[in-house]
Order: sequence, then C-alpha cells, then structure tokens
Amino acid sequence: MLKSREDLKSLREVYINSSKKEDKKILVCAGTGCVAGGSLDIYQRFIDIMREKGINCSVELQKEPHDNSIGIKRSGCHGFCEMGPLVRIEPQGYLYTKVKIDDCMEIIEKTIENDEIVERLAYKKDGKVYKVQEEIPFYKKQTRIVLEHCGHIDATSINEYLSIGGYTAFEKALFDMSQDDIIKEVEESTLRGRGGGGYPTGRKWAQVKKQKSDVKYIVCNGDEGDPGAFMDRSIMEGDPHRMLEGMMIAGIATGAKEGYIYVRAEYPMAVSRLENAIKQAEEYGLLGENILGTDFSFKLHTNKGAGAFVCGEGSALTASIEGKRGMPRVKPPRTVEQGLFDKPTVLNNVETYANVPEIIVRGAGWYKGIGPESSPGTKAFALTGNIANTGLIEVPMGATLREIIFDIGGGMKDGAEFKAVQIGGPSGGCLITPNLDLPLDFDSLKKVGAMIGSGGLVVMDSNTCMVEVARFFMNFTQNESCGKCVPCREGTKRMLEILERIVAGQGVDGDIELLLELADTISSTALCGLGKTAAFPVVSTIKSFREEYEAHIYDKKCPSGNCKKLVTYAIDPEKCKGCSKCSRVCPVGAISGQIKEPFVIDSSKCIKCGACKEACNFKAIGEV
Amino acid sequence: MSKNFDYSLVDNVLEEHQYKQSAIIAILQSLQEHYHYLPKEIFPRIAEKLNVSEARIYSVATFYENFSLEPKGKYVIKVCDGTACHVRKSIPILERLRKELGLSEEKITTDDLLFTVETVSCLGACGLAPALTVNDKVHPAMTPDKAASLIKELKEAE
Repeated sequence: MLKSREDLKSLREVYINSSKKEDKKILVCAGTGCVAGGSLDIYQRFIDIMREKGINCSVELQKEPHDNSIGIKRSGCHGFCEMGPLVRIEPQGYLYTKVKIDDCMEIIEKTIENDEIVERLAYKKDGKVYKVQEEIPFYKKQTRIVLEHCGHIDATSINEYLSIGGYTAFEKALFDMSQDDIIKEVEESTLRGRGGGGYPTGRKWAQVKKQKSDVKYIVCNGDEGDPGAFMDRSIMEGDPHRMLEGMMIAGIATGAKEGYIYVRAEYPMAVSRLENAIKQAEEYGLLGENILGTDFSFKLHTNKGAGAFVCGEGSALTASIEGKRGMPRVKPPRTVEQGLFDKPTVLNNVETYANVPEIIVRGAGWYKGIGPESSPGTKAFALTGNIANTGLIEVPMGATLREIIFDIGGGMKDGAEFKAVQIGGPSGGCLITPNLDLPLDFDSLKKVGAMIGSGGLVVMDSNTCMVEVARFFMNFTQNESCGKCVPCREGTKRMLEILERIVAGQGVDGDIELLLELADTISSTALCGLGKTAAFPVVSTIKSFREEYEAHIYDKKCPSGNCKKLVTYAIDPEKCKGCSKCSRVCPVGAISGQIKEPFVIDSSKCIKCGACKEACNFKAIGEV
Repeated sequence: MSKNFDYSLVDNVLEEHQYKQSAIIAILQSLQEHYHYLPKEIFPRIAEKLNVSEARIYSVATFYENFSLEPKGKYVIKVCDGTACHVRKSIPILERLRKELGLSEEKITTDDLLFTVETVSCLGACGLAPALTVNDKVHPAMTPDKAASLIKELKEAE
C-alpha cells in the first residue's frame, strides 16, 4: 500500500530499474485479434521453451534485485491485425508476423540466444524485408500518443505501467496542481472529445467543477458501438491504466469521488483487463480513500452493457448505469448539470481520457504542436473493409485520407479500385476520390457533410453497391432505434422500407426525393444523436452516388452487380455441357433444356436465388 | 412464484449485488450467464427483493438485445454483421450456417438446444473480418465452408 508521494516515486523507480534488467523482451500480442489467432498458446510455448532450455525468463517484472533475464509479456494490440499473431522483440524492435507455435523454437534459438533475425517471419512488401517494426510503412507514418504503449508493455501489469513512468501525471495533478491548474491545462491544450462530438474537454470539466454538489461523477463511455470501430477496445485492452489515470485526474479536477466505466458486452476482454487494472490500483492505494496520504478519495466501477447501441448516447448511457432502459432524455438539463443519478457528471470517451496524462505531463504547448490549431492532437482510426492492411492506427489530426488509405493502409485489397470510405459509422457519411486530400479533423469534415465520429474507416472498392451500404446502415440504425421519439422510430422504418424496395428492384420515381425529405425531417426533430444522424449515410450516398440510385430505380440495374434481386442469370451456351444439374436444383423450374444440349433460364420465372450458379460444375452460369 | 423453481442462485446473485436497484442489468447478466436465458420464474423474485415492480425488471430485460426470454442452445454462434464483416461478405456465412442447422431468421435455436445462430452488430474484431464467435471465442477470417466444418467439429465433440 502506497501512503505518500515518496512511496509511489520509489516504487516506480524499482520497476524502471527492473525493466532495464530485462536484456531482451518478447512481446506477444494479446489483443482480441491475435488471441483469436492463437497468440496465448504461442505465449505459453515461449515460456515452456525457455524453461526447458534453462533460460532465465521473467513472466512479471520482479521487485527484488535480480539477475538479468528475458522478459516475456502479453502486450496490447499492435494494430496490425491483418498480420497477426504478432510478436515483437526488444530492444531490436523486430516484428514477427503470422507467427505459429512451430516458429517459437526458431525465434528463441536464433533471436534470443544468438541475436539473429528470423527473416522469413519479418514483414515483406514489394520484395523488401522490413526487420524493424517502426520501419514498416504501416507504422512509419503514424504518430502514436494514445497508443504509444499499446503493444509495448504487458497490459495486465500495473508494474509495467509504472516502469514506463505510469501515474506520473496523476502524481503531478494531485500534488503540484490546483483544480483550476488542471482544467486550465486541459482547456489550453484544446483537447476535444474523441467520441465523435468534438466538444472541448476542458470546458466540460470546468462546467462540472462549477456545480455546487457534494456528489459528482466521472463516467467513461466505452460503449463503442459503431460497426467498424475498435479504437477504444484496443486502449482498454492494451493500456488500461492510462485510461484510469485520465479518469482519476478528471476526478481531482472536478471534485468527483466516484467513477463508472461503461463497456459494451461484446468486449469481454476489455472488461476483464479493466477490472484487473482497477484491482491492482486499489491494492497499491492509488484508488480508494485518502490516496497517497492526501484528502483525495476516488473509486472506480465497471458496468457491462447489454447490447444497445443507443447507450453510446450520454443520457441513455447514464440511464443504463442506473439499471434502467437505456433511453435518451430531453436536454437540458445537460449531463454536466444532471447526469448520472441526477448529479453533475463528466462524460468522456476512452480515447479522450487516454489523452489526458500526456497533456498533464508534457503540457498543453506540446500537445498543441501536433495537428491543426483548432483540433490538435492525434486521432486513432480503425482501418477496415477492402483495404490491404486492416488494423488500428493513430495519426495527427489533419492527416489526409490519401495518407491513411494508401501510405499506411497499403492501398486497396487485391489491387481493386478505390470507391469510397465510410467514416463515422452509421452516423457518418462517405468520402469519395475528390475528398482524398481533405485533412481529417472535426471542422473540415463537417464542411463536407461527414464527421469523424468515433473513428471507424470502412474502405470500399468498386464492387461495393452504395445503395446497399446505405440500406445496411439504415437497417442497423432502425434496429437500434430505442423507440422513444416518433421521428426516429417511424422515420427510420419508412426510410428502410424505401431502400429495401430500391435494392429489390421495386424503386419508383420520387423515391430519392422522399428519402431526402424524410432525412431532413428526422435530422431536425429526433431527440438524440442517434436519430439526428441516422439519415446521414443515405444523404451522403445520394449526394455522391445519385446515379447509382437512379440505375436501381429506373433501369432496374445494380451497376456493381451486388444486389441479388437486380441480377439476371444466364447460361453460357459455350460452357454448358447440358448435364441438367441446374434445372434439378432450381426451386421454381425456371431452367429447361435437352440433355447434352445447352440449357436456358426463363428470366420471367427466375427468382434469382443463385442456386443454379452455385450448383454448376462448369462455371457456365453467370450474372449479366 | 413457482414452487418447483430453485431460487437459491437468484438469491445469491441478489445478495452479491446488495439488492441495489441500479444493479438490475448486472443481476440479469449473472443469471443469464448461468441459465443461458432468463427463465420467467425469476422475475417476481427479483422484483420482490429489489422492491420494484415486475414490469420494471421486464422492461429492462426486453430492452437490451443480449437478454433472451427463450432458452438458447449450448453453442451460441454470433455471426458478425458489422460494416467491415458485411463488406467482406458475412451474409453467405450466416446463410450457410442456417442451412446446415435448419434454422432461419425466425427460428434461431435447434430443437435439441445445441445451437443458436444469431447476428451481432460488431464484435470489434474488424481486422479479422469476417468473424464469428462461438460462446465468446472469436473465429477469424471465416468462409461458408469453414463455418460448415466448424459445425461438424462441434457436433462430433458432443
């Protein structure tokens, strides 16, 4: 139990030195992605091999003075999920990709025992071998602040966090700064909420501090529900203490004594890592009563969501923590005035809190030096879809899409043609080729009718049907609409019906106009953010791809050949051997012909189920 | 309240959460973890002990997608249909699973209570798209064929 500032300082010193005693470190990625690829078995295999060989390996940082050893760690997500399971070797910085159990022996024998690289496991592109992680194009153009330690320390150990200077910001805030100093620093840094809204964090804190209430709360929104986003998950799993530290600093600044972390149920590993981190901080006395001998007390709880996207909205989230249906309410009063249990509440998202410790340690001036003036700092993006390098990245605000997709993301998967990128999930919009050089920050995106949202970037190639994408998002929002306000409950349903009709080839003249009219009404009248932005993907795809909508409605054609109902199946008489298999599988008897002669499909009877195409052994059936 | 129902687990869970009304969601989650669904017998008991109406408990249980009032299979398969998985073709995987197990959008659990097939909005495993989970274990980069052999494996393990 740490009882004073000196206790914390000397303990940190112990682990900084202990970390130096580890000559080499093997960091096995234990993010959700690599774990699914079997990384925990790899981790165990490394330990077994080293124990068999009598190599002094340390699973945890040791406190007592000890001999030099090889550190083996379960790290957070490296972000390069496409290449997992990943293993990083320090101090060389080698990154081994797609590692298998059978590779472990070679890695130990070559790299650990003889300082040689196992070249076949290094990342290769265009004939070049990249030995060092930081040299790989995927990492080279990134600026990692929030994700700085993700993948570089053991995510399950508070001692590791201390060994890289953890809780220095908390210490500084607690002993060297007044509440106003902290708020002023955060305000001056111009840190803006990373959850999508972009509201200035310092201003929010100042508003909560101002409230005259004995009880205040710090709440962290870890309900990262946007499909295609997993930045917050990676922070919670990979560097949980950093986020806790940010919340504790918010507690000092606003006078709150209790905090809640709301995590979606789909992230079981994030929940267990956070619970583990809270327990460790409690054991050290960094959470609890009279922390480090001061009069500051702070407690943290975790709440697991139960599968409702709308709970990402502030007032719905607090309702859910209170054990109620997660429905938003009318504002004002705002969350800073009456939030959780009707008390003043700071509600920020995971990435926002994770930014705070560095701002406190290095100062607002340093932070403002990164990215554009109006929205400085970095932003983490989840890069997914039809892109070569899927994964998690962090770039300075103001980076362009071209840099992200082509330099870091490695361009399109399988050399396909870029068509659009969906940004901000179901509340965002799509950006197209002319937007590739647009700087990504809160303000410039607003100008083109899109938003950063939480940071999901889903890249789509020319085989993607944008009307179907709009239908997909509308289906999502409609499902997740809580039903409290009429515009969202009924409006999204009507919009979905129209979109479903269009992709089924039953669109009629006036549908586009009707969609736009509904969109306008819902956006202006819905109660919460979910409803207000529900129509954005539709409006944005109509704006950029109106001709695709028109092709579906008037020509009954899907230009990208995606919409099943608009496809016409035909048999290529050259390839058809007349085996009759297709006519036997056709559920509606639309295919006829003579054995050993080419068969034909009667398109008036065809229901476009595709069974014939799947059944044909000669690839004679195609879509025209 | 049903006389044949063993309430000891419900009572334990309630006590663990100190009979707090704000813990309704956590209580239901613990119980669902045990029963794999929320048996109707538990509602009056929770309501009585927390001193709230049964309707309040029911309103929470029906609002959140994770709660089920119907029994589920031993293996709950969740096919991710988040954006990233969707554009990397998750629907054919779902269709194949349903076909293999004789399930549909309406009928999600097999009669022998072995399998339940559902979709989930996003598992956050987008780097591994298309993904699915079997009782929370993530299976990355799936294809319809891989899904079919997964079912076969699970059946054989029985």
